[in-house]
Amino acid sequence: MDTLTNATGTAAKQNSDETMTVISAKDLSLTFETNDGPVHALSNVDLEVQKGEFVSFIGPSGCGKTTFLRVIADLEKPTSGTITVNGVSPQEARMNRAYGYVFQAASLFPWRTVEKNISLPLEIMGYSAAEQKARVARVLELVDLGGFAKKYPWQLSGGMQQRASIARALAFDADILLMDEPFGALDEIVRDHLNEQLLKLWKRTTKTICFVTHSIPEAVYLSTKIVVMSPRPGRVTDVIPSTLPDERPLDIRETPEFLEIAHRVREGLRAGHSYED
Amino acid sequence: MVKSALPVLTVVAVIIAIWYGFTVYLNAPREYDRSERAGATLTFSELVPLTMAQERPVLPAPHQVVAEIWDTTVNKKVTSKRSLVYHSWITLSATLLGFVIGTALGILLAVGIVHNRAMDKSVMPWVIASQTIPILAIAPMIIVTLNAVGLSGLLPKALISTYLSFFPVVVGMVKGLRSPDRSQLDLMHTWNASRSQVFWKLRWPSSMPFLFTSLKVAVAISLVGAIVGELPTGAVAGLGARLLAGSYYGQTIQIWSALFAAAALAAILVTIIGVAHRYVLARMGQTEAST
Repeated sequence: MDTLTNATGTAAKQNSDETMTVISAKDLSLTFETNDGPVHALSNVDLEVQKGEFVSFIGPSGCGKTTFLRVIADLEKPTSGTITVNGVSPQEARMNRAYGYVFQAASLFPWRTVEKNISLPLEIMGYSAAEQKARVARVLELVDLGGFAKKYPWQLSGGMQQRASIARALAFDADILLMDEPFGALDEIVRDHLNEQLLKLWKRTTKTICFVTHSIPEAVYLSTKIVVMSPRPGRVTDVIPSTLPDERPLDIRETPEFLEIAHRVREGLRAGHSYED
Repeated sequence: MVKSALPVLTVVAVIIAIWYGFTVYLNAPREYDRSERAGATLTFSELVPLTMAQERPVLPAPHQVVAEIWDTTVNKKVTSKRSLVYHSWITLSATLLGFVIGTALGILLAVGIVHNRAMDKSVMPWVIASQTIPILAIAPMIIVTLNAVGLSGLLPKALISTYLSFFPVVVGMVKGLRSPDRSQLDLMHTWNASRSQVFWKLRWPSSMPFLFTSLKVAVAISLVGAIVGELPTGAVAGLGARLLAGSYYGQTIQIWSALFAAAALAAILVTIIGVAHRYVLARMGQTEAST
């Protein structure tokens, strides 16, 4: 199992020669029945995510990017089509604790200290006290919160809270990380910093990350693959593989290559939108 | 502390002044009658001390009430039937028993309502309906019915307290147990947490502020229930009995001192809950205690 322990710094893409499909959706649709009639949140989505990929989902609100992530997490049931996570149904994957989920709000429990928040999933999963302690220390180090174990959430800044919530998702050995606009509520500077940290963390832990965002630079900067989606009905309009190198300093965002990918994403978003006007 | 004491003392002083004013005004007619029968006329300065020294005044003066409270607490043995401490204890024991049963019942109902759809639909309307019946109407029936099946004394009175106090606990706890965010519940789901884990690790701690707010209302209302419960028992003992006996015999000073004892008891109980609230919140890392 690829755990936090083999944090050697090798890029995930390289050490998995045999490409393994982690998430596979075929003809996936999800319709919500509302009082104003049916809402097609997802319509005929076909998508594969390989092991170790960093996939961003981008699109305007209502395009189904969050819904897709929630289907992977077994928080929503698809109306039709099939989806497998690690080769099994989302429900089984959830019961195997295959993924960690990070919400837009840090959703820390205010009555628990940072370390207690991070050990909460471990408590639920029945890890021993010693194991909990070791894991909490390890993931706190991973997100640079070493000195804040005993603090309560309200004593932390928004960015630190979100890092704590990422640490919580990493605490058990899930090899998939599902992130739903985790930095959406943070300011630009904090966001840049966390993006950089997240990339480093992804390389160290070799996890598969699915990342929902509505920021084009964020998507291009982070991803190995960008999934462009459009609303009404929610569908995938373009899948853009990134040609950027693994080593990505923040100023890569000013290179022509970066801007070219960003341009293609923007084109994709515009194409999905044009029918509305 | 000193700064906040001044306005409070000012208000108290104003209330006492108004009270004295009314004492003179309300008790004056009787003094005028008496002096008229005696064929004398009263000047105002003769009238004032007389209105404040009546045996059974329409409105006793504050110092008369204070003297009565002092006399019936400090000067009497606590086991004496004339001791206010004795009567307060009788009422307090029923209040506490009723409060504990009511809180337990309220929490149990709330847990059921939150976890079971059928209970949510069926129980809540009855809970609300139960509070629309005036307690004065139902209290004698509870006492009489329970007496008929051989239950008397503490428990029937406590059950009237229960009847009143479970309500704020149910309403508060249903809200409290439902207060976790969608995302907090979703997180528990992604970790495949069991229902009892969701309850003990998320719903229960989330509900603490709601619980204590409800408990403050519940404990005060429990006291009211216990006093009301004492009225139909034939005025044997307790603050309610004291109030009833006072009104039978026109002992207004006794009524007022019993009222003050009840108010003091309520204040002490609510304060204790407040302290417990602050302690629990501090243990949970929330330093800013809401009152």
